[in-house]
Amino acid sequence: MSIRFTPSVVTANDLFEGDVVYLTPQGGWSRLHAEAELFTEQAAAETALAAALAQPDRLVGAYLAPARRGPNGPEPAHFREEFRARGPSNYPHGKQAERMC
Amino acid sequence: MYTYSEFDRDFLATRNAQFRAQVERRIAGNLTEEEFRPLRLMNGLYLQLHAYMLRVAIPYGTLNSAQMRQLAMIAEKWDKGYGHFTTRQNIQFNWPRLRDVPDILDALAEVGMHAIQTSGNCVRNVTADHFAGASADEIADPRPVAELLRQWSTDHPEFQFLPRKFKIAITGSPNDRAVTRAHDIGLRMVLQDGARGFEVIVGGGLGRTPVIGKVLAEFIPEADLLPYIEAILSTYNSYGRRDNKYKARIKIMVNELGLEEVRARVAHRFEALRAEWGGADQAILNDLRRAFAPPAFRVASTEAYEIAYKNDPVFRSFADTNLAQHWQDGYAIVTISLKAHGATPGDATSDQMRLMADLAERYGHDELRISHEQNVILPHVHKSDLPALHAALQQAGLATANIGLISDIIACPGMDYCALATARSIPVAQEIATAFEAREQDIGGLKIKISGCINACGHHHVGHIGILGLDRAGVENYQITLGGDATETAALGERAGPGFAYDQIVPAIERVIDAYLDLRQDPQEEFIKTFQRLGAQPFKDALYLTGDRANAA
Ligand code: HEM
Ligand code: SF4
Repeated sequence: MSIRFTPSVVTANDLFEGDVVYLTPQGGWSRLHAEAELFTEQAAAETALAAALAQPDRLVGAYLAPARRGPNGPEPAHFREEFRARGPSNYPHGKQAERMC
Repeated sequence: MYTYSEFDRDFLATRNAQFRAQVERRIAGNLTEEEFRPLRLMNGLYLQLHAYMLRVAIPYGTLNSAQMRQLAMIAEKWDKGYGHFTTRQNIQFNWPRLRDVPDILDALAEVGMHAIQTSGNCVRNVTADHFAGASADEIADPRPVAELLRQWSTDHPEFQFLPRKFKIAITGSPNDRAVTRAHDIGLRMVLQDGARGFEVIVGGGLGRTPVIGKVLAEFIPEADLLPYIEAILSTYNSYGRRDNKYKARIKIMVNELGLEEVRARVAHRFEALRAEWGGADQAILNDLRRAFAPPAFRVASTEAYEIAYKNDPVFRSFADTNLAQHWQDGYAIVTISLKAHGATPGDATSDQMRLMADLAERYGHDELRISHEQNVILPHVHKSDLPALHAALQQAGLATANIGLISDIIACPGMDYCALATARSIPVAQEIATAFEAREQDIGGLKIKISGCINACGHHHVGHIGILGLDRAGVENYQITLGGDATETAALGERAGPGFAYDQIVPAIERVIDAYLDLRQDPQEEFIKTFQRLGAQPFKDALYLTGDRANAA
């Protein structure tokens, strides 16, 4: 039995700010998880990841993060990704401060 | 207080200029991340979950007021107005931008500070007893030796690429406040026939394979210490494993070769090195001793202290929990808690840092310390100044009287910041502190330590109660260990059993504490003593509602 591909978004950290970014369907990078492109096919996800890894002049550490479809766009499917999409829980810093989640 | 030499200043300026150029080349796209990563790590710059993080060394935890003010300035100008003090006697800035880091490093260099060797497989920031040079129980101030080790290990050509990171801790007291048994090398000053020397402990460490360090040498005379340590490092450099990162720490080498074999190999290297050194370090050590000479203590009445102690219950409670015995009559060691109930352990705002700097200048002979327990210490305060000091701390939310109590928790950054984390630590600490606030004086001395993954940066193995956050099938899960001890009687805690979900961890700790309150012989018997008397079983029963507790539920 083959392991089923988990729907994913392509994510990385911005080289300059360190902030979390997501690959959008337009091929740009957004700071909002909901604006990410959700990949449901492994081949397409891996092609997109390879393209992201080829942009080392603005991104660090691109990888595929599990996500699911939500009413306003893709949502994180693991708690680590929820924190990355929101910011720390001890202060209203990061994306949550800028109402970016 | 000791200030860095010309050599240090030139060295720092060169290093910072190099790093500035490296950052520019990275931004211009001339360095890949693979090339840049080791360079930024060598300068203390990590990439965390939400941002970069800069880790700044505070050698042996000692700071002066100008340095503390500069940290406040950096936090305000380039970060979000606060800094995080850690168990490694470092300060971490959680939000710097890559472009600003070279400016931050220059600002640090202005006050003789840096981020070198806070990362990488080298000898890390040497940590020391935070009461060094002040504590009544001390044989002598260990910091001259700590500084000698810092100078020797900084940029040491042979030891920049060890098999793995290397941590040294040192204390001059029989009461170990520096967790020497959980370091690659732990040094405890001892006297033999009136002469000073060190018990050398090797191969301690936490992380995924926790080990209590073993005594490699019971007594190394002070004059032989540096060549002896170099012999250990050199032996480790030759025989430590480089094939597997998880087996690369010296503790694994000690386990695999056996203590006797390590002792023999070190002794062999030591013979050669002692001859090479020929005592060259001792002249430096003598100069350092002068640089670390005690401040000019004041002789004055302590009546103001006694009156406040008698009349002001809030001050009395602060004095009872946050003061420690100074060797100088009329003086006290003040621990300022960075653990206000519900706050993030170890965090201080820029305003708080500036106030602590002012108070150190005014009342504390210009000295501050950072403890591995993530608090700030004013090591030399005359007792007559304590009421005024306390009043000033109260104004800034820094007068929490909880040192050594259940809310004085060590917590690593965990999944709120750390890219390696498997669960959060900070909110668990915040909730425990808040939950027990009302009864913590009654509960008495108790150390809770929390890590957000098996790397154990939060020392959970040596907490009386340790909490380890894990990812179990995509949910945060917390494992409890009981009976750990970070002092001279160091012990690793025993795993209690299955872990608890995030919303069950505070109730679980409450069951352990309620069991302790039931079981203790009297209020003087601290948690760890009750645990040692009765063993883990009654606490496990309380946690899992088994045994006698099954019916109670
Ligand atoms: C911020 C990112 C951090 C990273 C990437 C990190 C990484 C690690 C790793 C990989 C280990 C295990 C080493 C081993 O067993 O070989 C470790 C251990 C440790 N770290 Fe961290 N850590 C971080 C933050 C901290 C902080 C904030 C502190 C201090 C509060 C700290 C203090 C320690 C301590 C005390 C240990 C265990 C002692 C030992 O080295 O065996 N670390 N860390
Ligand atoms: S214990 Fe784990 S989660 Fe905590 S700081 Fe260390 S590496 Fe990060």
